Amino acid sequence: MTGAELGVAISVFLACAVEAVEALTIVLALGTTRGWSSALAGAGAAVVALAALVAGLGPALTSLPLDVLRVIIGGLLLIFGLQWLRKAVLRWAGLKEMHDELLAFEEETEIARSHAPAASSFDGYAFTVCFKGVLLEGLEVAFIVLTVGANQHRLDLAAAAAALAVLVVVAAAAAARAPLARVPENTLKLLVGVMLTSFGMFWSAEGAGADWPGGEVALLAMIPGVILCAWAMATGLRRATSDAWDPAAAVRR
Amino acid sequence: MSYVARAGGAVWRFVAGDDWRLALGVAIAIGLVALLVEVSVNAWWLMPVAVPALLWVSVSHAARPRGRP
Repeated sequence: MTGAELGVAISVFLACAVEAVEALTIVLALGTTRGWSSALAGAGAAVVALAALVAGLGPALTSLPLDVLRVIIGGLLLIFGLQWLRKAVLRWAGLKEMHDELLAFEEETEIARSHAPAASSFDGYAFTVCFKGVLLEGLEVAFIVLTVGANQHRLDLAAAAAALAVLVVVAAAAAARAPLARVPENTLKLLVGVMLTSFGMFWSAEGAGADWPGGEVALLAMIPGVILCAWAMATGLRRATSDAWDPAAAVRR
Repeated sequence: MSYVARAGGAVWRFVAGDDWRLALGVAIAIGLVALLVEVSVNAWWLMPVAVPALLWVSVSHAARPRGRP
């Protein structure tokens, strides 16, 4: 396995693990309050839909010329990575609430209880909420699997890393019998943002025709460089906002 | 609204996320790299300059409180 392939596997694993933790919280909340069969059926249907998306679009993507593929994929990864990094910097600076799985679980449970119970053994509400929750949480991961996998022509590796992440998260939740509140989600999200941004910069510039000094070795400088930038921005923002205004008043983040 | 327009809107929201400036900025940065490469400038350095700048613009905009210019 090359260094870039290892980076692909780690990025996909981390991204998928984070989203799987959030999707699992929804399924757990619905399963414990409304019944497991419909909740699991909804989650399963969403996983099948996501797998079909990857299987359907994967071959089409890998058939594109490499430079075109790298510009499209690098650009998309860079946009996704910057979105993840943006939220991470805002959380780091204290301008956005840290994601709390226990709180999310309690909120989902409360909402699920407030709806009328199912009239038959099939609970349409639980099925729909779980399907939608898993599909939405998984959609970005499916695109990450598709893009980084297609770019390295290792869709198999990316899909395996994603599947492994789901298995690890489900096994951990089954062992804990509770939402995975102790997973350092906010740190993982920062790392995913850093990896996606670094790979996105690398591939999009290469696709546009530029050559990085040292080739893939440049990634070894880009990854710590992106972390340093994020840290510097978070520190600067924290100082500026604590002196100048109340962070709670900040608009949509 | 037509199905195509709704689907297009959903794709745009999915790609642009919370801040459309990032998507636009990334597209411009990649376009500039391609243009510079066309005139024989190996513009790999543009990305490490443009990306932190884009991120800074986005987070500082998000940190701005309601009502402040």
